[in-house]
Parts: sequence; C-alpha cells; structure tokens
Amino acid sequence: MGLPALPRRYHPASIWLLYAVGLFPAAWTFYLGATGQLTGNPVKVFEHLLGEWALRFLILTLMISPLRDLAGINWLRYRRALGLLAFWYVVLHFSANMILDKRLAFDVIVEDITKRWFITIGMAALVMLIPLALTSNAWSIRRLGSRWTLLHRLIYPIAALGALHFCLSVKVIGPEQLVYAGLVILLIGWRLVRPRYMAWRRSRRSVNTGLAPAGPRPK
Amino acid sequence: MRLYRPAPIPGSEITPESAWIMRRDLLRLGAAGGLALAAPSLAFGATELAAKPGGYDPKEPLTPEADVTSINNFYEFGTGKADPAEKSADFKPAPWSVKVDGLVGKPAEFDLDQLMAFELEERVYRMRCVEAWSMVIPWIGFPLSALLDRVEPLGSAKYVAFETVVRPEEMPGQRGVFQPLPWPYVEGLRLDEARHPLTILSLGVYGKTLPNQNGAPVRLVVPWKYGFKGIKSIVRITLTEDEPASTWNKMAPNEYGFYANVNPEVDHPRWSQATENRIGGGGFFGSNDRPTLMFNGYGDEVASLYAGMDLKANF
Repeated sequence: MGLPALPRRYHPASIWLLYAVGLFPAAWTFYLGATGQLTGNPVKVFEHLLGEWALRFLILTLMISPLRDLAGINWLRYRRALGLLAFWYVVLHFSANMILDKRLAFDVIVEDITKRWFITIGMAALVMLIPLALTSNAWSIRRLGSRWTLLHRLIYPIAALGALHFCLSVKVIGPEQLVYAGLVILLIGWRLVRPRYMAWRRSRRSVNTGLAPAGPRPK
Repeated sequence: MRLYRPAPIPGSEITPESAWIMRRDLLRLGAAGGLALAAPSLAFGATELAAKPGGYDPKEPLTPEADVTSINNFYEFGTGKADPAEKSADFKPAPWSVKVDGLVGKPAEFDLDQLMAFELEERVYRMRCVEAWSMVIPWIGFPLSALLDRVEPLGSAKYVAFETVVRPEEMPGQRGVFQPLPWPYVEGLRLDEARHPLTILSLGVYGKTLPNQNGAPVRLVVPWKYGFKGIKSIVRITLTEDEPASTWNKMAPNEYGFYANVNPEVDHPRWSQATENRIGGGGFFGSNDRPTLMFNGYGDEVASLYAGMDLKANF
C-alpha cells in the first residue's frame, strides 16, 4: 500500500513548497487585514485564523507517524516543516494578540497571561514549543541522541494544551472545538496503543510468511 | 370514532415536486424583490418600515448595515457569527404571535399587525456585546412599557420573562446532534428595567423590518446591557414574581449574571471588559478600540435603577 513515490530529487523542493503553502494563509489574511478588506473585527479574525492554523499544523505533525504505521505512507521528511509551521503560527498568533489586539500594553498582556486560565494554558504551550523549534535541526538530533526523542515528546502535551486552549476560549464548546480536541485525543491515544498494535502486526506477519516468531526453532 | 374523514387525494392532484420547489423559489424571489404587495407584516424578509425619529442618537458613526446584518450571535442558527445570516433563509417570521401572560390583569396575544400598530420610533443605540465588540445601530421599535400597559401588570409582578421561538425545522442550530444551548432561549428583566423608557421591542433596523438574523420579527433591545440580554424572535412574555431564568446565566453563572449591565470595571473571567472594538472597517491599524462606558454610556438615564446595589456582586 502507498502512494506513487515522489522521486528523491524533488524531496527538498517539496519541503520548501510546503513551507510556502503553509505560510500562505497567514500572509494572505495579513494582506486582507492590512488593506481593510476583513469585515467585522479584523484583528480578532486574523488572531483566530492564526491560532486555528497552529492547531492544524500540530495535528498534521502528529499524523505523520500513524500515517506510516497504518497506511504505509512515509512522509517523515515533512514532519519537521509541519512542526515548525505550527511553531511559527503559534508565535504569530501571540504576536497578533500582543501587537494588533493589545497594542503592546504590557500590563494588560501580563494580566491576561497570569489571570486568565485559557491564556495561561496557551502560553505554556508556546513556551514548550520553543525548545522543540530550537532543536529541530540535524546537529541537535546528533548532539542530543536519545534525549532528543525524549525532549520532542513534549509535542503531546503541547497539542493537548493547544486544543484545551481553543475549547476554553469560546463561550460554548461547539462542533469545531470538538473536532480539534477529538483529533488530538485520537492521535495521542494512538501512541498508547501503538506498541501493542505493532507487536500484533509483527506476529501476524510472521505467521503469514510461515516464519516462526524470533526464538529457538524446532529441530 | 372518527367523525371526519378527509377525501382521499387522487394521485393526479398531487403537485409534482418540481413545481412545488419552483413555487417555493418564486415565493422567496417575490419576497426578496419586494414583489410582496401585501401588508408589511405578511411579507418575508426585510421590507420598508416607517417610523418617526425617537430622539435617541449617540451622535457616533453608524455601524454599516452590511455588518449589522452579517455579524450576529443567534445560536438558534449556529454558533458562528456568519451562521445567522447564512442559515436563516428558511425561517418564517410571519405569521407570528407573542403571548403575554403571567401576573397580568389582561393576558393577551399580539399578532404582527397589532405589534406594528404601536407607535414606531427610530432610535440609534450603542450595542455592546459581552465579547468586547460593539456597534451603533438604528433600531425601529416601541417602548416595551407601552405593551406592558396594555396587559395591566398586577402589583405582585416583579420581573418580566422572555422566550424565543423553538422551530428546529427552520432553525438549524436547534437540530442535530450538537445543541449549544438548551431551548428555548430565555431572558429576563426586572419590571422597572422592562418599563424603563430606553427598553424597546424592536421590529426593524435600518429603515426596514428585521432580517431573520437580527431576530425577526420582534426582539428586545436594552442598550445599557450586554447584547445577549436582547432576546430575539420572541414568542412569549411572562410577568413573574420571582427572578426568571436567563439562558447564559444558567450555562455559566460565574461568567454571565442576571443583570449583565455593561460595566468596564467587572471583567468577564476570561477577558477584560475595559475596552471594546467598534465593528466596521478600519483594518488592522484603524483605531477601532475604545474604552467601554459604564452602562454603555446610558448611566444618566439608568444608574438610579441600581442605587445602593453592589454591581460587582450583581454583575
């Protein structure tokens, strides 16, 4: 199973294309807002769009490994770009709030972060994303070894806090919030059952191929 | 025993579905094109509505009509701000009737023509949403007190309860698996608040009858309170002795009080109420933020209603 393979020589270009396409919603909406083409409450529209895209990229990042496990599609090469896009959208989301919404009134911003739960939670997710973004390079992976894997497990609490932040920010939790929260729960839940699933698949495969599982063979 | 048996309908008389659908479209077209020559109360959609100037005008720029009729909180049609405008085409605001009952000497039902027969005024009011945005809206309506006078409230009446229509077949937010609020939407006022000259029942906006998304055909407007107190598409008004339930207060009592007076000093637990964003143009860099005024700027008229009350406790 799988998709037609993309020739290797196009891999770097496809990753750059992903960055370009990924940043497009932010750039386009910023253009609309800056030129007065967003109706209603333009700052809030922009702010919320950035937050939603951050969640979308977090979810896409978490989908890469189940996609490989369950559908045999290996898009591991896009995971760093998706994670970094999530990071940049979170940074933009917070910047839009600070600069466009709160107009750099730092007393108000600090009060928001310390007094309002859903903002505290969102801020915690942003802070946790920083070390992940800083170590998302080959050098850090080599340098940190197994600690890198451990560190990058932070993506699970980050995604959970992000979804929670979204749910707590609205007056009533609606279908949209439920979809995002549901996807995050599903994707984190998958990690819990994955070891068992993989073991089951290995054992099934060895039966199908007529090979006994690893161990001493009968003579 | 069935006394009346309707005659069976021969198959030849059944309207083909295509014709039926076309007729619906024609009706809709007629309403939209102003073809409806019948009385305004019988027409669907917005039609011209005459009113005398009501003498209330904050002398601030009006929020564009396009924004007033496209940015709405009306969860009966969905939780998104655009949902009410996009998903209310099936709603039928006529015929309509508002039942007024409870502790009154003369319970009554008012149909649309009777409501239209009150002396209609145009009043420009600020509207401050609890979500920290605001508009300036030219409503058409009449003081609620005029209607209350007709039903003669009893001495024991202390509060007025309001109820929105429940029509899942016409209101997509009221059907399906996900229901954001318990229906019907209910609201309430103290009797003196309800009788205050600023409190109106609105039948129109921007010179026309109310569009569905704004609460057609009749809604409450209480300009010194947060927008959610302005209950829409009212079918029942009941005078009571005890404080009536209000929907948002039931949903989250620590976030939405019964009074819900606009108050920059009492924050919503999740956001500040000190400032508001005035809807309408400006883009990112227009200075659309402004300080929120106590009682939404209507303090001179209404502050006396709350003399001696702790407004931080009674938010």
